[in-house]
Amino acid sequence: MLELLGKGSELASKLQTQLTAVVLGHNVKDQAKELIGYGAAEVIVVDDPRLKEFHVEPYLSALTQLIKRHKPELFLTGSTKRGKELVARLAARLNVGCVPDCLELEVDEQGRLLVKRIVYGGNAIVTQVFRAKPQIVTIPRRKFEKPEYTEESKGEVVKISDMQLELPKTEIVEVKPIEIAETRIEEAGVVIGGGRGLDKKEDFKILDELAEILDGQVGYTRPLAEDRKWFTEWVGLSGHTIKPKLYIACGISGVIQHVAGIRDSKTIVAINKDPEAPIMEMADYIVIGDLYEIVPALSEALRKLLTSS
Amino acid sequence: MIRILVCVKQAIDVSQLKVDSATRRLILAGAPKKISDFDKNALEEAVRIKEKFGGEVLTVTVGPEDAKTTLREALAMGADKAYLTSDPLFENSDTLATSYILAEAIKKIGDFDLILCGEASIDSFSAQIGPRLAERLGIPLITYARKLGLEGDTVTSERGLEDCSETVKAKIPVLVTVTKEINEPRTPSYTAIMKAFKKELVMWKAADVDIPSEKVGEAGSAVQVLDVLAPKVERRKIVIKGEKAAEIAEKLAKTLIQEGIVGR
Repeated sequence: MLELLGKGSELASKLQTQLTAVVLGHNVKDQAKELIGYGAAEVIVVDDPRLKEFHVEPYLSALTQLIKRHKPELFLTGSTKRGKELVARLAARLNVGCVPDCLELEVDEQGRLLVKRIVYGGNAIVTQVFRAKPQIVTIPRRKFEKPEYTEESKGEVVKISDMQLELPKTEIVEVKPIEIAETRIEEAGVVIGGGRGLDKKEDFKILDELAEILDGQVGYTRPLAEDRKWFTEWVGLSGHTIKPKLYIACGISGVIQHVAGIRDSKTIVAINKDPEAPIMEMADYIVIGDLYEIVPALSEALRKLLTSS
Repeated sequence: MIRILVCVKQAIDVSQLKVDSATRRLILAGAPKKISDFDKNALEEAVRIKEKFGGEVLTVTVGPEDAKTTLREALAMGADKAYLTSDPLFENSDTLATSYILAEAIKKIGDFDLILCGEASIDSFSAQIGPRLAERLGIPLITYARKLGLEGDTVTSERGLEDCSETVKAKIPVLVTVTKEINEPRTPSYTAIMKAFKKELVMWKAADVDIPSEKVGEAGSAVQVLDVLAPKVERRKIVIKGEKAAEIAEKLAKTLIQEGIVGR
């Protein structure tokens, strides 16, 4: 997640400090140079065969020691499930606070770091400040921009190899990779969302067609995954949070949990039979009508207009 | 005999929350509360383990006095005994302080083979309490469990992560946080609800668990809330009208292209 370095550099300069990147792993020296190119002033590399695979306890003990040694203002990492568990435990060991899934991170005129995140199932955004350091924050994938790479950037690489590492307390016996779409939905410029207005799983082909024309991807709401078991993932607060250039919500009522996952889309189009559906409040363009008629017609119109000239 | 403890939270029922549109403030006074959804899954899992192997399921919460209702619900679902740690001193505790209160209460309740929590709470969704508790108690942790098995002194669990599912093992005592997929929580029968009123519900104040005031509430918290506001909605809400689907679709397509939203 290179966007950590972009946001990290920005905050480091506002907090009048420098950005240090930490790499934990085995044979990871090559990554250090790249991180300098993306904005780190210093890279600490803890290279150890015991860090080859991710186990919480050795990683946790390495980070705890590093933080105690370097006393950073802020510790930033990605909002993955592993990342969030790691930092919650790190915060417990350091007796400090931790705010996961931050949407906004700013420094106010008093030099305080303001962190914002979604709470109450998408109904509200809370603004918080820390009263202890380090301030520990996780940010969701793609929430912030990736920094530019600068070949000429200069920075220091510090290698550490004499670290005391705890042994894992759990044993991983099997790992089954999940098939992930070639482009992650977070990376898609256009997302066509399908909700309960679709009667059958096969009907998604009309959404697929529209997605293909717009070079986008199809996303689903939670009920289609959880209740109807058509899919294994969904867009929404508890699933993927996306911010495409264009989101077309087809047959989606727009419950608050779903809206929380699409709120940052640049343009939102809502296609729904129900003019009272909450999604209408969230849309830039509203079509009140049957998605089974509108979506294929939209595909046809776009295909015609986009290829005509 | 297996001893299981389930940590529950009385959460705001977020699906029924209302917002004052003029001030963007949430109307929290009188908002309905309930057991946080994933904590129900944790309770269900604990009760199923008890039904299979025998043993005892206890449940604990930190919250206001009306969290008793939540604990009665937990007892109706099959927990044997419940503990409420409640004190005005605890108000505005963050996860650092709350995990401290819980850990102290748990140490006083006794030793456990398994401690179960929900993966996160439905209202704040920070997923911190389980991991922080495991650290405070110094026991192994398995997060995001969607399957859980017990054999002798070994817990086996399947975790659902973003890019894989991972099967892990750990020796008891273990703390496990569970996801919605792990089971379908039961709806207690009328008899179970009536029985729940006869079960023991212990109430502790800060002093009962030797909790000093500086370690809880605002004083003991590392994160301070500045404000809570409903998000601003600034959308154009332009209705595309027309007689037929084809006409509407064409208007929409042209608009998207003209506005540069869809490119060639």
